Amino acid sequence: MTERIRTIIGKEWSEVFKNRMVLFTVLFMPLLFTALPLIMLGTMSGAVGADAGDMTDMPAQFARACVGLSSGECMQIYLLNEFMLLFMMMPLIIPITIAAYSVVGEKTTRSLEPLLATPITTEELLAGKGLAAVIPGVLATLLCFGLFVALLPLVGVGERIFAYITGPTWLLAVLVAGPLMAVAAVNFALIVSSRVNDPRVAEQLSTVIIVPLLAVLFGSLAGIIVLNVTNMLIGIAIMVVADVALIYVGARLFQREVILTRWK
Amino acid sequence: MIQTEGLTKRFTKSKKEAPITAVDGLTLNVAEGEVFGFLGPNGAGKTTTVRMLTSLIAPSEGRAFVDKLQVGKDDQKIRERVGILTETPGMYERLSAERNLTIFARLYGVKDVNGQVEKYLRMLGLWERRFDEVGSFSKGMRQKLAIARALLHEPRIVFLDEPTSGLDPEAAKLVRDFIEELKTAGRTIFICTHNLDEADRLCDRIGIFKTRLITVDSPENLREKLFGRKVVFHLQAMLPGLAERVRGLPAVKDVQVVDSRLLVSLEDPEAQNPGIVRALVEAGAGVQFVGELRHSLEDIYLEMIRQEEAQS
Repeated sequence: MTERIRTIIGKEWSEVFKNRMVLFTVLFMPLLFTALPLIMLGTMSGAVGADAGDMTDMPAQFARACVGLSSGECMQIYLLNEFMLLFMMMPLIIPITIAAYSVVGEKTTRSLEPLLATPITTEELLAGKGLAAVIPGVLATLLCFGLFVALLPLVGVGERIFAYITGPTWLLAVLVAGPLMAVAAVNFALIVSSRVNDPRVAEQLSTVIIVPLLAVLFGSLAGIIVLNVTNMLIGIAIMVVADVALIYVGARLFQREVILTRWK
Repeated sequence: MIQTEGLTKRFTKSKKEAPITAVDGLTLNVAEGEVFGFLGPNGAGKTTTVRMLTSLIAPSEGRAFVDKLQVGKDDQKIRERVGILTETPGMYERLSAERNLTIFARLYGVKDVNGQVEKYLRMLGLWERRFDEVGSFSKGMRQKLAIARALLHEPRIVFLDEPTSGLDPEAAKLVRDFIEELKTAGRTIFICTHNLDEADRLCDRIGIFKTRLITVDSPENLREKLFGRKVVFHLQAMLPGLAERVRGLPAVKDVQVVDSRLLVSLEDPEAQNPGIVRALVEAGAGVQFVGELRHSLEDIYLEMIRQEEAQS
């Protein structure tokens, strides 16, 4: 990483974390997303016995994937999978907030022209701004996931549920798919941010990137998509392609001249 | 230090509309250590020219060299070597003055970041406020900070786009004095300004520009070219026939009477003034004092723009 990328990251963080709203988003949202599944698990482990629950309420595709588990465990896993998507959403929401403001914010404060007048390359600038947005989101997610796993025994979760949460599906989702989605979200937000003139528009348009994840959430709730290792690997492969494409397009669309001369 | 050959910039708003020419065939040479004033009305293309010369935007046609580096080919190197004060110098409002400068010093690859930041904060009288958020700064302080930002990496060429625009007289004087210091230090300075008095005082040469370069010369030469040299003779009273008598003297090109003053156009006032004073005294006129009529740069500028508009 070059000195200039590190400088941009440091600059972005200095600015962003002075904004209390952003700081609140970075701290509160991940904690909320961590607390929700813990509360649910705590409530369920007290109320549901090993064989309680009705498997007929569950989507057939998911029920088939529950082989070897009690109906209660299967129900917990089914609900936990929806919360897994929250952990995947976590590294998206924070970076979008930061990245969406990133370029358009510099336009509104008129600091973009002096910045572009320095010897920084477009790639360094985008890498700095992108990493400044991705790192807090991914770190917050990893910390919250660590906290979530550490607190699981305290909410009365059984061994098999614990094993499932610390198993490949969840680990792939939290450690690989989530960060990859964050990279895609940030690059999308940077593209939007460099092409609009209003920070509000940038933020609203950037949130569009959450739509595919919501589609997965609803697909999972409806039983159309089962969150297992195979599907997770397919998703990861798609995300890698999407990330590469968005980074490439982002760098191509970031035209210094257009940004400077069309901005009023 | 700065050379342009037929430098042209056209902007295309949409495919349906014809392109707008902002800069048309600019050919210019700015020598090392020179302070060059770039004057022109709003929308003349001055900022576009500066943006091209600082490798922020690409020319549509022509070539430009900055410190022997070609715009469009050596852009990153050019940006390393020039300093720019943009027309609206934005700052990171939530960050302190020191943090703002530190960021830019690092981006410019300055080796002694803390030393350079301290040097310029002290030089521009901002050291005591270094930890304050820039958002709390007055316009004058921001402008000074922006100038410091442009100089952190000790560029040999400095572009200043409206350096005293919107500043109160005290802040404007401070900025001007600082530019004088830069001039003394031998830096090449390219100033875009509307402040003609400022250009007159600071610049070795000025270029009057309105999409294309109308004229380039030193303020003195422009005065002479446009208005010639005129001497004002303040008299106790205007005697009848005095103007005609002076007009008849050798080397006098023209005489105008304004109240009790004679405005005499001369080729070489230093050589011809004693003879005219003698003739006036011999004719019975009481000469109170004599001085050269100095047209302001504003007169020159307005005349050049008027001529340009009449031609086009």
